[in-house]
Amino acid sequence: MNRMSFARLKESAIKAFFFTNGILAVLVLIGIFCLLLFTSVPAFREINIKEFLIDKNWNPTSPVKEEYGILSMIVSTFMVTLGALIIAVPLGIGVAAYLSDVAHWKVREIAKPIVEVLAGIPSVVIGFLGIVLFGPIIAGIFGVSHGLNAVNGSILLAIMALPTIISISEDSLNAVPRAYAEASLALGASRWQTLIRVRIPAALSGILASMMLGMGRAIGETMTVLMVTGNAPAFPKGFLSSIRTMTANIAIELGEVPYYTTHYYALFAIGLVLFIITFLVNLASDIILHKYQEREQ
Amino acid sequence: MRELKEKIEVRNLNFYYGENQALKNINIICQANLVTAIIGPSGCGKSTFIRTLNRMNDVILGVRIEGEVLLDSKNIYLPTVDEVEIRRRIGMVFQKPNPFPKSIFDNVAYGLRINGLKSKSKIEEIVEKSLINAALWDEVKDRLKENAFTLSGGQQQRLCIARSLAVEPEVILFDEPCSAIDPIATGKIEDLIQTLKINYTVVIVTHNMQQAARVSDFTAFMMLGELIEFDNTDKIFTYPSNKLTEDYITGRFG
Amino acid sequence: MNRKKIVEFAGFFLLRVCLYIVFAVLLLFLYDIGSKGAGSISWEFLTKAPRRGMTEGGIFPAIMGTFLVTIVTALLAVPLGMFAAIYLNEYAKQTRLTRVIRLSIRNLSGVPSIVYGLFGVILFVNILNCGTSILSAGLTLGLLTLPWTITASEEALKTIPNSYREGALALGATKWQSIRTNVLPYALPGMLTGTVLGLARAAGETAPIMFTGAAFYLPFLPKSLSDQFMALPYHLYVMATQHHNISLVRPLAYGTALVLIALVLGMNMVAVIIRYRLRRKRRE
Repeated sequence: MNRMSFARLKESAIKAFFFTNGILAVLVLIGIFCLLLFTSVPAFREINIKEFLIDKNWNPTSPVKEEYGILSMIVSTFMVTLGALIIAVPLGIGVAAYLSDVAHWKVREIAKPIVEVLAGIPSVVIGFLGIVLFGPIIAGIFGVSHGLNAVNGSILLAIMALPTIISISEDSLNAVPRAYAEASLALGASRWQTLIRVRIPAALSGILASMMLGMGRAIGETMTVLMVTGNAPAFPKGFLSSIRTMTANIAIELGEVPYYTTHYYALFAIGLVLFIITFLVNLASDIILHKYQEREQ
Repeated sequence: MRELKEKIEVRNLNFYYGENQALKNINIICQANLVTAIIGPSGCGKSTFIRTLNRMNDVILGVRIEGEVLLDSKNIYLPTVDEVEIRRRIGMVFQKPNPFPKSIFDNVAYGLRINGLKSKSKIEEIVEKSLINAALWDEVKDRLKENAFTLSGGQQQRLCIARSLAVEPEVILFDEPCSAIDPIATGKIEDLIQTLKINYTVVIVTHNMQQAARVSDFTAFMMLGELIEFDNTDKIFTYPSNKLTEDYITGRFG
Repeated sequence: MNRKKIVEFAGFFLLRVCLYIVFAVLLLFLYDIGSKGAGSISWEFLTKAPRRGMTEGGIFPAIMGTFLVTIVTALLAVPLGMFAAIYLNEYAKQTRLTRVIRLSIRNLSGVPSIVYGLFGVILFVNILNCGTSILSAGLTLGLLTLPWTITASEEALKTIPNSYREGALALGATKWQSIRTNVLPYALPGMLTGTVLGLARAAGETAPIMFTGAAFYLPFLPKSLSDQFMALPYHLYVMATQHHNISLVRPLAYGTALVLIALVLGMNMVAVIIRYRLRRKRRE
């Protein structure tokens, strides 16, 4: 009896140990939020939250009047993200549809690892290629002095979002019950019509979730936008202007800012805004994805 | 016939998967050193029932159990009872042969090692004895180091029986042990069950009525989670007292 | 009828073009870096430190730095990831808390890498007082890698048939005995390949280490975990955008990019090959 209760105690202890590790993910997520929040709060002793969010001018080192408005950065972030989605969504859905509906299985077997390779390229390398490859091309096409602008950033972010969009869209296309396509084909529809009118609409929630995930990645991406968008801290005038995103601004200024100044705290406040935005976007994609998975079951 | 001795007694057993009731008020007694067969159409709760006897259902999520299962007059569902100990005393052979991806020897030795047996010679001795008792020794004695997956389906199932025997259980539960193997191998396992009952109490779930008639002493007929009839195997197959039992064994449904 | 066929042909052709565009981009990337980077690769480049204001010499300290920081990352993320995966796949019941844990893991993998960097600055550099160091950077990357290693390890655990667990339990094994002796040994290779993929991604990250330990230039190799370090991805960033003579050091930047991409894709390749072999072995 005594030996038995010891064995039981040991089992409970082991379970508790693994549970502690399991709960860690929750603690890290909460920890990130809390630490960002606490480090941001001192910033708002001197900055008005409303001005922080809607003011266009970011000039924390001005000797005359320090300004802490991040609207330009928010707009810039969403601009490159929008540009990236305009490129990546049709392309990604096209590839996913080709792989799931048209390609021979051998092509699929080869294509999937290749897409994974694309996902494996470090963002700093993609940023470097944006400078040396796309920069001159963009400058040539649009007749501007250099190619370090929002267009370049959008192209690179699109490339980075593609693997996510392709793989999740393909999964959701493959998850569409075969009966749907058979019913459509039996009515005399071509495979193309079936794909466009039946299969893609049926997989729409998964495709939408993949777009959201790609969007989350694009919003949070730092190195590529830092390297290729020019980083001018002004309100963007268009896709050919040089812009500075939230992530790039943190990366540029955190290295030089004196610790424990309003400017320092304000950078963490930008991080908090970034965290909240990506959290909401990811949560939305998660809800969409899981709603449709539950329906499938 | 020898004097009967109750080994397992099931009292008013109810079992639920979430909202679904899978077993309704089951009462069965399994006699020591005899074979009790559970028959019934698929989905009647046979497998669920046999898994309640060694608390294997505990590992499934969202199940609830009411009633008592007495092993030697002691309820195995009391909170003070260690389910690990119960499973050691009540062995189980599954529907699909499930050898572990280890050597034949290590498969049989597995239960000994986890129960703390260290002595190498003792382990070798028990492994040999278990394989002999499972009627497999002659076929595998020269290839004990080979992976268990190299055996045929029927041999794998006898290996799983040997594996159960090694930990010296008191009861062995068979959950449709022959459903995944060929008729010749099935015959061997049925013979084996006949010899096993000399030392063990056997409960077998089967969808094959002839098998139940051949191997068992008592038979329980279940349908839709209810125990329809439970009696002597001879009586069940010759004069069933319930119309449903008669319809089933004469092949009108199922 | 005929029109339908033409539309279908054109439509499918368009989809194929999409795939070709993606292939072309990847090929262009690999070709550009391969062809222009190969010229910079030499024994000296791989084994010597940068010289003359980083206009000459090699990238050895950066290779070492990335290697060391990845080890710290692995020490944090691999065991914790495996343990969490064991909890989720073997112990967790379908409760609200389990759903919250899973949701958190999925969400963590979407947290921007620069936010991990900020978190690392507060927690490791400041609060835990590790300073800007290999330790701080490695731990920061470890947290970033954690959701990937959890997911990868859980995938590996899911491939182990339930009959292994039930078979062991039916013989009187305790839950932990059945996991330790009959699940983990078979899941471990798969868990490791999955975590190698996660580590490869971590090794290529820049933003999280910029402010937690990576240095612009160091004449010496780090002597302990509390020293700063040079890292391949950060070195590439420096050479591509921060150097005082960018056009002069472009060949060195290409060389660095080639080494980095070879390292990361090499790790990927190893993991994929092991995974492929495992799958084939399991099928036999």
